[in-house]
Amino acid sequence: MRRTPINKQYAAIFIFAVTYLVVGWFVQNSYYQLMMTLVLIWAAVGVSWNTLSGYSGMISFGHAAFFGLGGYTTTIAFVTFGITPWIGIPLGVVVGVIAGVLIGLPTFRLRGHYFALAMLAYPLAMLYVFEWMGYQEVPLPMMRDAPAFYAEFDDPRVYMVLALVLLIVCMIAALHVERSRFGMSLMAIKQNEPAAAAAGIDALRWKMLAMVLSAAMGAAAGGLYVMVLLVVTPQTMFGALVSAQALIMALFGGVGIFWGPVIGAAVLVPLAETLNAHLGSVLPGIQGVVYGVAIIIITLLAPEGIYWRVRDFWAARRPAPVPAMPQAPVSRSVAEAINVAPITEPSECKRVPDGGNALLRLDRVTRAFGGLKAVDDVTLNIRAGAIHGIIGPNGAGKTTLFNVVNGFLGADSGSISLAGSELVGLKPHEVCRLGIGRTFQVIRAFPRMSVLENVIVGAFVGARTDTQAQRLAMEALDRVGLADERAHAIAGGLTTKQLRLMELARALAPRPKLLLLDETLAGLAHDALDDILATLRRINRDGVTIAIIEHTMHAMMKLVDEFSVLDHGKLIAGGAPAKVVKDPAVIEAYLGRKWMERAKDSVA
Amino acid sequence: MESLKWLTVDFFQALSAGLLVGGTYGLMCVGLGIIFGVMRVVNFAQGDFMMLGMYVTYYLVTFFGIQTLFGPYIGPIVGAALAGPVVFVVGWLVHKFLLSRVTGARVISAEAEGHYTQIIMTLGVALVLANGGLILFGSVPLSVRTPLSSESWEISMIFLNQARAVAFVLAIIAALGLYTFLTGTNLGKALRAAADNPTAAAYVGINVDRAHRIAFALGVGITAIAGGLIASSQSFQPYIGFDFVIVMYAGVVLGGMGSILGAFWGGLTIGLVQQMSTLILPYQLQNTAIFVVFLLIVFFKPQGMFGRVWERT
Repeated sequence: MRRTPINKQYAAIFIFAVTYLVVGWFVQNSYYQLMMTLVLIWAAVGVSWNTLSGYSGMISFGHAAFFGLGGYTTTIAFVTFGITPWIGIPLGVVVGVIAGVLIGLPTFRLRGHYFALAMLAYPLAMLYVFEWMGYQEVPLPMMRDAPAFYAEFDDPRVYMVLALVLLIVCMIAALHVERSRFGMSLMAIKQNEPAAAAAGIDALRWKMLAMVLSAAMGAAAGGLYVMVLLVVTPQTMFGALVSAQALIMALFGGVGIFWGPVIGAAVLVPLAETLNAHLGSVLPGIQGVVYGVAIIIITLLAPEGIYWRVRDFWAARRPAPVPAMPQAPVSRSVAEAINVAPITEPSECKRVPDGGNALLRLDRVTRAFGGLKAVDDVTLNIRAGAIHGIIGPNGAGKTTLFNVVNGFLGADSGSISLAGSELVGLKPHEVCRLGIGRTFQVIRAFPRMSVLENVIVGAFVGARTDTQAQRLAMEALDRVGLADERAHAIAGGLTTKQLRLMELARALAPRPKLLLLDETLAGLAHDALDDILATLRRINRDGVTIAIIEHTMHAMMKLVDEFSVLDHGKLIAGGAPAKVVKDPAVIEAYLGRKWMERAKDSVA
Repeated sequence: MESLKWLTVDFFQALSAGLLVGGTYGLMCVGLGIIFGVMRVVNFAQGDFMMLGMYVTYYLVTFFGIQTLFGPYIGPIVGAALAGPVVFVVGWLVHKFLLSRVTGARVISAEAEGHYTQIIMTLGVALVLANGGLILFGSVPLSVRTPLSSESWEISMIFLNQARAVAFVLAIIAALGLYTFLTGTNLGKALRAAADNPTAAAYVGINVDRAHRIAFALGVGITAIAGGLIASSQSFQPYIGFDFVIVMYAGVVLGGMGSILGAFWGGLTIGLVQQMSTLILPYQLQNTAIFVVFLLIVFFKPQGMFGRVWERT
């Protein structure tokens, strides 16, 4: 995905704001002035929805909760305590943010349908509470003495300006989310959450931040809405239609891009309002029908929204621009030029039989699923600098072992330590932070990001700034040999070999001490296999310890320094390759008798 | 002593009301349970199909002469029963022309992406139905009148609303009939198989797209019958659907996703929760109580009481 430079986006936002302002200033009809204000408010609500659901993929059907809390806080502060909306709206934002945290904490444990349904329940529950508290219909009092102090203006255009300011703030915030590790982390979570976690991304933290930001935007929009309408009812603030509108603006205009909701609101709000004005008396529900039909049509014709459809259309019309490489062709010298610390200690302990000290220690690790012990009392050490092969028949517990090490699964008992620090009980992103990268048996890419972006996501954990992450990513791509124009290709279109290399680069990017590779060679052609073996050896020579699960024995014999053999969750053998393959237990459980016959010449 | 007695009476009053309401909720949930189970789609329009069932019952009874034909006692029941097939057809068409474009076997595997569009689509259908209902039927609350609505049986100081009691009995009968269909016929077995494991069902040769269409139409039809039964003891307006979506999902999730029998018990429990909550909470908050219970269920026991653990690995 090639992106418009951020300066151009700022310019576009500026032009949009000025144009809107100029047009709005000359509109005389107060009804159209109100409509222009409502477009901006609903666009802001849509941006709010997009900030959580568009980027992270956690679909919210309950954004009315934040909108309503913002609106009601402003109203109650004003009506009950005489606090001006100038303070009331920020108060509403605070309440919205607190609600966001309280809602997020339990609800982010849910996925898919359950998240969506739970989100639907919050505003509806609040609706009844506010009705019960006697806030059925609260008009805002007129303050004739100091109208400006109480944010009451005769000129409706003032409200339009206020709404424009709010929307611009929301848009700029969203733009920065999109362009930073915040947005990229959310998009990675959306596309493949386990991969994001293994790449060191603290999913809960980013989702929570998105929820908080989204809630703040929604609450501010709700407060402003109240100022404009001067009356609140639970239905207009917490009703299901509000939540639906938030989502429809974004989906109609474009998901995951801050222009989307703006486009959606600019098309749908005037359409619905105009129809309502002309036909509302005859057809009272016409507004809702418009939104319903709009969303049905858009899901059928352009499920990602208008923005993406138009963009694809333009991209197809224009000849593809020559990929403008931000970096010069990367080579060793470039890696040095961009000030990458030299990769330390080319491993001396290579092929040293027993002298190396253990980087990863597993001590009596057990993990059971019900009655089945997938990993059963396994004790093994992986020496620093080694390539350690883990073999065994299908279902032996090899992948489970990796899952326990990197924190996807907890260990029932036992201890795992990396260079002395305990790993049991840590979450995957914490394990990654300590220096363990991993790849997956079934490739887990972020399919709609470019190769470079995939790797940058992996680099965040090892980088303080986003530029540093970019540098680490280029370095990692260079190490696997993908640092050319392929770095800008979309991951979804890569070959298996390229995907394997990309996953490898993603795991390498934060410069881990240990790589866990789960069947990296699976599904590769012969020549591709040799390439990857060479890459693995080079990475290892540069000082990265590797643990690899693999079935291709002849490749493993060439690659590894040491084997651990698992069967039914138990470690049945371990040691140097030549010794292990002659072990009768290993032959019995895994290799088979024929293997010995065939391998005799090549191994000996 | 006197107050304790009244407390006991109140308790049993709420308990019996909960059971009676819960019976129809149970039937409603079975309808949703079939759809959620087979299609794995959050159907936001389910409540609006129920609303449709209420209005269809109302118009059948009043304008189409069912009342005059069958009398004030039987008429509403016949109306509710006929609302089922009418809404079944509507559901069939909605699935054929809208949902099948974005659902089906193809998207079951594409977990996130597929569901995303399906859920959004049902939301659009819900908006069109609710607001289209407003245009067609008006916003004045209606109810299907039967002499039973204002009659009660009194059993040792506990009042049982006759309309609700009749609805309860009929809901049980309908649920049993459905159960017989699902366990006794090949089509029913295929549906249950598809609900239990859609992928495996496809492997053993069940036409999953067809199963989806039948499940969707059947599901909304059954919920419409439940709606028609409630219509004689509860007033309704076109926006009633959204409240019931949560009621239904609470029941279905409580019963365990994929378990159609469980959905009935889940709905019954939700009816009890709703009525019993009035013992300690203000009347207006009874739906809030349901939402809270629903949230507690999804947080602590998302697999429900009868369902299997449903988790991707």
